[in-house]
Amino acid sequence: MNFDYAFAWSIVPDLFQGLLVTLQVVILGFLLAVLLGLLLAIAQRSKNALVQRLSYGYLSFFRHTPLMVQLYVLFFALPLAGLTLPAISTGVIGLGLYYAAYIAEAFRGAIEGVPAGQWEAARALDFDNATTWRRIVLPQALKPMLPVLGNYLIGMFKETPLLAVITIPELFQAAKQIAGMTYRYNEPYTVMALMFLAISVPTSLLFKYFERRSHV
Amino acid sequence: MSDLAHALPGPSPQIILKQVVKNFGATRVIDHLDLSIPAGQKVALIGPSGSGKSTVLRLIKGLEAYQHGSIEVAGAPVPAKSGGWHWPGAKKPPVVHRVGMVFQQFNLFPHLTVQENVTEAPLQVLRLSREEALERAHQYLGLVGLSHKADAYPAQLSGGQQQRVAIARALAMRPQVMLFDEVTSALDPELVGEVLAVIRAIAHEQQMTMLLVTHEMKFAQDIADRVLFMEAGRIVADGSPTEVLVDPDNERTRRFLNLVEQR
Amino acid sequence: MLFDASTLDTARFIARQLANGALVTLEITFFAQVVVVVMSFVIALMRLSPWRALRWIATVYVEILRGISALVLLFYLFFILPLFGITLAPMTTGILGLGLTFSAYGSEIVRSALSNVARGQRDAIKALDFDAITAFRRIILPQALPFMLPPMGNQLVELLKTTSLVSLITLSDLTFSGGQLITTLGQQTLIWSIVLVCYFVMAWPLSWLVKRYERRVTHWRRGVAP
Repeated sequence: MNFDYAFAWSIVPDLFQGLLVTLQVVILGFLLAVLLGLLLAIAQRSKNALVQRLSYGYLSFFRHTPLMVQLYVLFFALPLAGLTLPAISTGVIGLGLYYAAYIAEAFRGAIEGVPAGQWEAARALDFDNATTWRRIVLPQALKPMLPVLGNYLIGMFKETPLLAVITIPELFQAAKQIAGMTYRYNEPYTVMALMFLAISVPTSLLFKYFERRSHV
Repeated sequence: MSDLAHALPGPSPQIILKQVVKNFGATRVIDHLDLSIPAGQKVALIGPSGSGKSTVLRLIKGLEAYQHGSIEVAGAPVPAKSGGWHWPGAKKPPVVHRVGMVFQQFNLFPHLTVQENVTEAPLQVLRLSREEALERAHQYLGLVGLSHKADAYPAQLSGGQQQRVAIARALAMRPQVMLFDEVTSALDPELVGEVLAVIRAIAHEQQMTMLLVTHEMKFAQDIADRVLFMEAGRIVADGSPTEVLVDPDNERTRRFLNLVEQR
Repeated sequence: MLFDASTLDTARFIARQLANGALVTLEITFFAQVVVVVMSFVIALMRLSPWRALRWIATVYVEILRGISALVLLFYLFFILPLFGITLAPMTTGILGLGLTFSAYGSEIVRSALSNVARGQRDAIKALDFDAITAFRRIILPQALPFMLPPMGNQLVELLKTTSLVSLITLSDLTFSGGQLITTLGQQTLIWSIVLVCYFVMAWPLSWLVKRYERRVTHWRRGVAP
């Protein structure tokens, strides 16, 4: 089977539409994941045992089950709970909830990396809890977090083909549809794979570059 | 320890460096160095840090590549492109097994016991039988006074003990030349004595050629037949301990020794 | 449906279906992990080799496989390879697709553990005239393994989860069985929730073992900072 360049070129606009949806879901999902991850990490350090337990349970559960099945559950459970959302929103929530568990773990490590002396110094200066977090701990924890967050962002992007299973018209779904309609598999999947590479490889190199520069 | 006497003092010098140049990137660390050491001689290398003393030892052992000149140990050349790994069965540089080396940071194998550290190279490299290797371990651990620690792991030993194991490990290969690279610099002051005592005993009992990089002037004076003072990749003073250490005619050597004494 | 007379039968049916699926999931995980371990070492050693061409091939391998996702690779192997006359059984496709993807990450784990140990012990190995293979076998690998095992274990948990993707290339794993149950029974939310719990029950003990191993520092590292 040969590779039809004209056909490949003709499907680029369709696939590009899918790519835009993909990027949209990734960016929104990432924001949700970072926010929720931060909350979960702070909850892990809470003095309230129940809050701590809940946060720990959340992390274990989401880290030990497949994203795809989580998406299925969300897709069917949300309407049962009376929430009828467009598939794209379900995708954002799904990605966000899943990656929050990983990002929380990374936050936890980074927060533990802030020397105990910093907490003591903040207490010695009579900072309240919120101020200590906001002005002392998080700024120090965040810097080593940036490359980690970058890796998760790329990871999320590569995970998006899964969203096709809940009917989101992202890149992978677009390729699948074209393949289904034209019975040509080579071009749609190849162009799709190239699009993934075209975004994820440069981004990963960029983050590596930032990481190296911040070490110098 | 008479079985070590097979390190026959040859008629010609045992270690010869001719016009050796070594650069690290743009920095010249060894600058057209000439040196010849007869078999059995005990040589102390002293000098300020960064003067290239350790590099001389590493070059002799073939741990570093060099850019110009030639190095010969026991009649065999040390290739200029040293430093890489070699494959089993590949033609090894003929100086191997003849030069033992002890490092500042001990470099013991942390996953092996003390005894295994000493037997590993005789077993794997010299292909000795288990009994022979164990006998050597017994002999050299006895020599450094650590027979009772044979089954301990390196992490369970003090720095001084670890360094003594490293010495036993090197001796177990029965080298003709022993190189000691600042072997007491990483030790707490109270542990230095035990390591120096072991080296002193080896120096007195064995016919081995020995090169020591050291900051212990008193010790150098005690055991060395010859002292080299290095600066900026060159040897600037070369003579008996008395000539170089007690009554240096070289201004720079004098200044360096004053500095060391003040410490 | 759950409250009529055949409730028990239905529950048994669900359990049997999911157990069959779980077995397939474990089977794929096992064989894919074999691919991961083998390829991780091959690629890591290539990246550490003195030959530029080998290093280059290995780098391209890692960058490409990390650049696309497991699902994309699976679909590529499943739909595109047949067009070039190479038809693999779905099982083989699943094992290869997952194994190759995870080996790209695994090779980084192996490489960093090996090169960290080799860097620290290089002088001692050379000073005692070990050849490269003996040094690797006797000195470097035994020290590097304890550093590799925990991240490799965590990766195995990720692999186990990711096997759910093979349901999309018609392999009847746990997820696929869940989907089939839904076509006969409905009850999407319930069935998918049970499937989630099944994965959790398989994955959690694995990472518990990894954590336990991590805590139980091997005897020779006692007293050494982690």
